[in-house]
Amino acid sequence: MTRATTEATIAALIEPFNKKEIAITDASTFAGDLEFDSLTVMDFVAAIEDEFDIIISMNQQAEIETYGQLVDAVVKLRG
Amino acid sequence: MTDLFSKFDPLIAMRSDLLATGVTDPFSLVMERVISPTVAVCNGRETILLGTYNYMGMTFDPDVIAAGKQALDDFGAGTTGSRCLNGTYAGHKAVEAALCDFYAMDHAMVFSTGYQANLGIISTVAGKGDYIILDIDSHASIWDGCKMGDAEVVPFKHNDIEAMEKRLRRVPEGAGILVVLEGVYSMMGDIAPLKEMITIAKKYGAMVLVDEAHSMGFIGPNGRGVAEDQGVLDQVDFVIGTFSKSVGTVGGFCVSNHPKFEILRLVCRPYVFTASLPPSVVATAAVSIGKLKQGAAKRAHLWENSRTLHAGLKALGFQLGTETPQSAIISVIMPDLERGAGMWEALLHEGLYVNLARPPATPANMTLLRCSLCAEHSAEQVQTIIGMFERAGKLAGII
Repeated sequence: MTRATTEATIAALIEPFNKKEIAITDASTFAGDLEFDSLTVMDFVAAIEDEFDIIISMNQQAEIETYGQLVDAVVKLRG
Repeated sequence: MTDLFSKFDPLIAMRSDLLATGVTDPFSLVMERVISPTVAVCNGRETILLGTYNYMGMTFDPDVIAAGKQALDDFGAGTTGSRCLNGTYAGHKAVEAALCDFYAMDHAMVFSTGYQANLGIISTVAGKGDYIILDIDSHASIWDGCKMGDAEVVPFKHNDIEAMEKRLRRVPEGAGILVVLEGVYSMMGDIAPLKEMITIAKKYGAMVLVDEAHSMGFIGPNGRGVAEDQGVLDQVDFVIGTFSKSVGTVGGFCVSNHPKFEILRLVCRPYVFTASLPPSVVATAAVSIGKLKQGAAKRAHLWENSRTLHAGLKALGFQLGTETPQSAIISVIMPDLERGAGMWEALLHEGLYVNLARPPATPANMTLLRCSLCAEHSAEQVQTIIGMFERAGKLAGII
């Protein structure tokens, strides 16, 4: 699975959480640009984990601030 | 210079907005006099207490008080030292023996508070490379224990068995796993499906910690908690509990059958690097725990109170945290913080104290009026409470 196909899957998963339909780039931040609160983060992370069959621990989440960092992390976790 | 306090500005604004509406500050109430486990004087008015954790009403038990006074006379006001150095008195060993007896377990370790028990056990037991799988609605002390340790922390949706199993299945081969659950979740008063969850946790080779702070003394045939009630206490590796609820004083503990458990006394920092509990506190706790064991009649009355209040509030049209009464906590869901504070104040004017709980302590950003019952509430008091809720609910526009 390439970065592009992973990114496409994540783009589809984030859609229902992007309530304000903000245009997302790799630099978009979850807390700032997308205004994700802690409950949204939990549901969104669970959706990603289930789709890719991975764990993104709270420790790893703390390092992920932007959309691009998330895509990179998922690519890495998928090995 | 950056003011380090500027991060608190949103909370300061929220608080001043709330107080500007003229409501009594719900977070600075003073109990001027305490008359019994269920009645105190607040703002000069006699008030029924429906927001304490004094589930079994042990705070004024004459045997408990006598034991505390005797210990003050015999051992002094405090130990001034760590459990590992000069802070272990005969009373600390006695209360640990009382806990082993109460839970029928091999080991008990007493901490200065329940918060420290979770902080210490979780941060020490799960180390680097290990995984902690925990319920998202876990108590702050559990989260802080996770934060203090070096393990990978993986939460799952509240009480969701499937979500828990999915995460267990994804833990890398060979990694140690600690599953952290609570018997009763104190915000909504709901219980966990421990039987199913613990069976699954064991299937994946996890060790299991259950916080039974809000169930000790009255849930389960011997008052050992939800795990006992569901028949899985023998599969729990660590039970965390507290003296500040049913036991009626302050302190925390962990009981376990792990053969190497005693080593924790040397490596658990929140146990080592703090002063031990005062002799009077451990003496009151030991007597109280012994009496809780014999508390079958009180347990039955507390359940009766819980059922009556739940049915009464439901019939009045309040929205409750659980469909059925599951514990001694009945949570009334408020539409928002402002109306919740208004209802809280209306109840206080009626002469009733409940807990106003608000985010971030609550799940899903809810504002709750949390009612916790006591075995010493009389049946008449419970009826009085329901009447107060009716009047206050209409005044505050909730029902």
